[in-house]
Amino acid sequence: MPTTLEQIKEHFSGTGCALSCAPADRAVKGYDLDVSANAGDVVSAAEYLGGIGFALDTITGVDWILQNEMEVVYDYFHPASPLRIVVRTRVPRANPEVPTVSGVFPGANWHERETHDFFGIRFAGHPNLIPLLLPEDADYHPLRKDFNA
Amino acid sequence: MSASFDIAASAKSGETFVLNLGPQHPAAHGVLRVKMTMDGEYVMRSEPVIGYIHRMHEKMGENRSLAKFLPNTGRIDYLSALHYNHAFVGAVERAARIEVPPRAEFIRVITSELNRISSHLVWWGAFLLDLGGFTPLLYAFDDREKILDLLEGVTGSRLTYCYFRFGGVRDDLDEGFVERTRAFIAQMRPRLKMYRQLVTDNIILRKRLENIGPISPELCRRYGATGPVIRGSGVPYDVRKIEPYSVYSQLDFEVPVYPEGDCMGRYRVRMDEIAQSLRIIEQALDKLPDGPTLGKVPRVLKLPVGDVCYAVEAARGRLMVRIVSDGKEAAYRLKLRTPSFSNMSLFEEASRGMLLADALALMGSLDLVIPDIDR
Repeated sequence: MPTTLEQIKEHFSGTGCALSCAPADRAVKGYDLDVSANAGDVVSAAEYLGGIGFALDTITGVDWILQNEMEVVYDYFHPASPLRIVVRTRVPRANPEVPTVSGVFPGANWHERETHDFFGIRFAGHPNLIPLLLPEDADYHPLRKDFNA
Repeated sequence: MSASFDIAASAKSGETFVLNLGPQHPAAHGVLRVKMTMDGEYVMRSEPVIGYIHRMHEKMGENRSLAKFLPNTGRIDYLSALHYNHAFVGAVERAARIEVPPRAEFIRVITSELNRISSHLVWWGAFLLDLGGFTPLLYAFDDREKILDLLEGVTGSRLTYCYFRFGGVRDDLDEGFVERTRAFIAQMRPRLKMYRQLVTDNIILRKRLENIGPISPELCRRYGATGPVIRGSGVPYDVRKIEPYSVYSQLDFEVPVYPEGDCMGRYRVRMDEIAQSLRIIEQALDKLPDGPTLGKVPRVLKLPVGDVCYAVEAARGRLMVRIVSDGKEAAYRLKLRTPSFSNMSLFEEASRGMLLADALALMGSLDLVIPDIDR
C-alpha cells in the first residue's frame, strides 16, 4: 500500500522538521507537496522519502541575491505513484552549506557536485565535491546572479 | 551480485592499472571519458568524467526571453529534440495557463512519437555497432531517413527541431503528411518483424546481452534512473502513463517491461516501444481533430511569480523542466533534469567487477547522449 499524500503531509507537519508544508495544485505547479525545511533537516527528509519508495529527481539551487540567500531545491518522484514532492531549504548567501544526502541517494552525488559547480553551495560530508561539469580548475560559479561572463 | 563479479574476485591478481577510455572513443558516442581501474580484463572501478561539451543552457535560459530560449531545447538531446520542446513549452503553458487546441496536442503526440522511433533506431544501430555488428546500422538509418523526411516536411528541420510553440505548434501538418505517415507505419511493422528474426533472436547477440550488466529496480531508484533503463528492470514507470500529459490519456498503448534487468531487457524494451509508438501514432492519426493549431498567447509573455515543473517521457526517460519566475520576460532560474545524467550516474556502481567488453555493452544499453548529460 503506497503512502498517501495525507500521510506524507502529516509526517512533515508532525515531526517539526518542516518550517512549512503546503499542498500544491498539481495542475498549476506540477508537484503535489511543497515542503520548506531547515538546512539541517534535508537528510532526515530524504531518509523518510527514500524509506517510502521515493526516488530523487534532481537537486538544484536558486540564488536569491536580493534576500541574500541561497535556496537548495530537492525534487522527488515515485516510480510507482504520480506523487511529486519538493523539499526546499534556504541558507545564507555568505556561507551556503547544507548536509549531503548522497548517503541516502547515491544519485545525489552528481547532482550535488553540479549544484556546487554552479552556485558554490557546499554539501557537508560529500565524498568528492570536485567540479563535475566545469573545468577542474574552475573558481567561479556561473549561476550566481552576480556572475558576469 | 552478478556471476561475473565472483569470477573477477577469483581472477584477481591484486595488480591494477588505469585504463583511460575517451574523451574520444567510438563506444562512448560523444565526448565522454571514463577512468577505469582494471585488474586484467576486469573493471574494478570506473569513474565517468563528464562536462566536455557543457554549454550552460541553464544560464542561457536566464538571460533571454522564454521564446528565445526555445531553440536551445532542441540542442540538449539532439536525438529526442521534440520531447525537449514539449517539456519546456509545457512548463511555460502550465505557469501562464495557456490553453492548447486539441489538434495541436495530437500533432505534438504524433511528431513526438515519430521522434522517439527515430531516436530508438539510432540507438539500435549504434548499440549493435558497439557490439561488432555493422550492418544493422545501415538498416536503422534507412528507416530513420523516412522519419526525418516526414518530420522535415512538418517542422522544417531534420534534427534539432524547434517546432512546438507556447500554445501549440508552429505550423499545421503539411499536405500529404497523414497519408505518408500511414504508409510509413505500414512499412515499419514488417521491418520490426525482420529485425526480430535477423538480430534480436540471433544467438550470438543473445549470448552477448543476456545476464550481462544486471541493474536492479532498487539501483534505478537510488540513482533516479528512468526510461527504458528502469523498465528493463521490471518497473513500469513511464511518465506518459503515470503523470499523463498532453493527450496520452486518450490513447491506448502498453508500457513494455522486462524484469530481467540485463542488457537484453533494456534492448527488448526499446524494440517493443517502437511498436507501441507506431500504435500511438496510428490512433492519433485516426482521432486527429480539425481546428486551429495555436492557442491564444499574450504578445509579451511573462510568467507569474513562483515556480513550476513539467515532466515528459523523453526517449531516454524522465525529462523535467523547472522554471522559477520573478515575473519578468526571462526565467529567473531554469533547471533541466535530463534522463541521461541520472542513467549515467549508476554506471560506476553497475559496472564494478564486469569484463571490459561487457561494461561497454552495459554502457551502450543505457543509451547515453552526451550533450544531454553535459547540457
